Amino acid sequence: MKPYSAWKVFVNGLTGQKGWDRAWRDPEPKAEYDVVIVGAGLHGLATAYYLAKNHDIKNIAVVEKGWLGGGNGGRNTTIVRSNYMLPGNREFYEHSLKLWENLSHDLNYNVMFSQRAHVTLLHSPAARDGAARRYNTMRLTGSDGELWDLETLKRNIPHLNYSADARFPIIGAMAQPRAGTARHDAVAWGYARGADQQGIDILQNCEVTGVERNGSTVTGLQTSRGVIRAKKVGFAVAGNTSRLWRMAELGKLPIESHKLQAFVSEPLKPLLDHVVVFGVGGAHFYISQSDKGGMVFGGDIDWYKSYAQRGNLPIVQDVAECATSILPCLGRVRLLRHWSGVMDMSMDGSPFICKTPLDNLYLNAGWNYGGFKASPASGWYFADLIANNRPDPVIADHTLDRFARGINIDERGAGPDPKLHG
Amino acid sequence: MLRISCPFCGVRDHSEFSYGGDASVEYPALDASESEWVEAVFQRENLDGVQFETWQHIQGCRMWIVVERDTRTHAIHSVRPAHDGIAQALNAEQDGVGTS
Repeated sequence: MKPYSAWKVFVNGLTGQKGWDRAWRDPEPKAEYDVVIVGAGLHGLATAYYLAKNHDIKNIAVVEKGWLGGGNGGRNTTIVRSNYMLPGNREFYEHSLKLWENLSHDLNYNVMFSQRAHVTLLHSPAARDGAARRYNTMRLTGSDGELWDLETLKRNIPHLNYSADARFPIIGAMAQPRAGTARHDAVAWGYARGADQQGIDILQNCEVTGVERNGSTVTGLQTSRGVIRAKKVGFAVAGNTSRLWRMAELGKLPIESHKLQAFVSEPLKPLLDHVVVFGVGGAHFYISQSDKGGMVFGGDIDWYKSYAQRGNLPIVQDVAECATSILPCLGRVRLLRHWSGVMDMSMDGSPFICKTPLDNLYLNAGWNYGGFKASPASGWYFADLIANNRPDPVIADHTLDRFARGINIDERGAGPDPKLHG
Repeated sequence: MLRISCPFCGVRDHSEFSYGGDASVEYPALDASESEWVEAVFQRENLDGVQFETWQHIQGCRMWIVVERDTRTHAIHSVRPAHDGIAQALNAEQDGVGTS
């Protein structure tokens, strides 16, 4: 497959766009693979890509029940950031951000990563102190962070609601300038094309219906396209992890499936060139503007467990109220569409990239709200885990037994209630 | 919007309620082993299908209820008070009303 280039865009523009190849093949399943990854979302595709690129394992299949990138990979608000504070999360998300910074070149696919800064609004001195602590921690561990006073914020984003009689007047912001957004579909397509170029089979419309075991070893997967034998198996199906876990007869998980909605408005002229986050007094809201002009935003999860990929109306009202309270200029903008994804909400809000009770089964799950930004590092470390059968020190605590060991990675301090880890 | 039929208040929007969690979880005795507590506090079936779950009518009667709901379709099959004694008292009262 030939690499994309500006020259090819130019030539094809003159020749009726007839010179393009398929971006990836549509192969028939082979009887056996060295590694089978379940789930062709961003994490599964990235895992396959890095297994081939970093570890030279190429006899790989990625099986997907629907179409690639049709799950949460295409159902998010595309925000990329690394403003986490706790050990375990800090290094992991910063590594992910570094991978994002070179991802378009690495994949030879424009993922439209735009480092437009992630700006969290502050409304009280206590919030500012908390932000200072967080951003000092970030700067001490090799990341970037800034505290913006009100004047700096007004200079950068002049049209927020700075009214002194707002319910929660804005007093400043904390910003991560290297954070931003990316085109979510392009990330899935870029990883799929990159994996396919290295000989990896991406098997779409191939639903796993059973896990074949021989004692503590997985021997293969029953799928809607026949039995596929595998030397190693990785699960990367956030949202449906518990279902697969039951198929493997492994019992319970510290996970509940919840819905998170995302929204996009009709396209507007350029209005907002940052990611803005508003969270105070029960509000939880994040907004950015896509390259097509749509305002992309989201808020809380739907507050009750669900496997239905459709959202509920109270959250629509919530995000609309938040939007108009910080950006009153959006008052007459119409909502174009909204959608919902099913997520693994874990008991401490942090993910799992770990070995399992079965010798050759590996788990990648529990991404809560954070799956999109995490996908490059998730694939990177999951591939390393599968290839070497031991976790990198960065993900050493991202295990299922961390609750029993009392080392929860609870960034919000919300306790063992999955719905609170937004 | 889900509509939940509160046994005490009648049919209300789900936004009046607060979701609790899996109602099949039973907390062990206070002196139970650590592993039993880890199991109860952290481990979940996370069923895709019909499950029993707790909700609290936080903006109504503030009672805890158990809802039988399909997590794929959101269809609600039954609702009853979470406390067994209260559920029995309520049933007895309703039976009494029905037969008198």
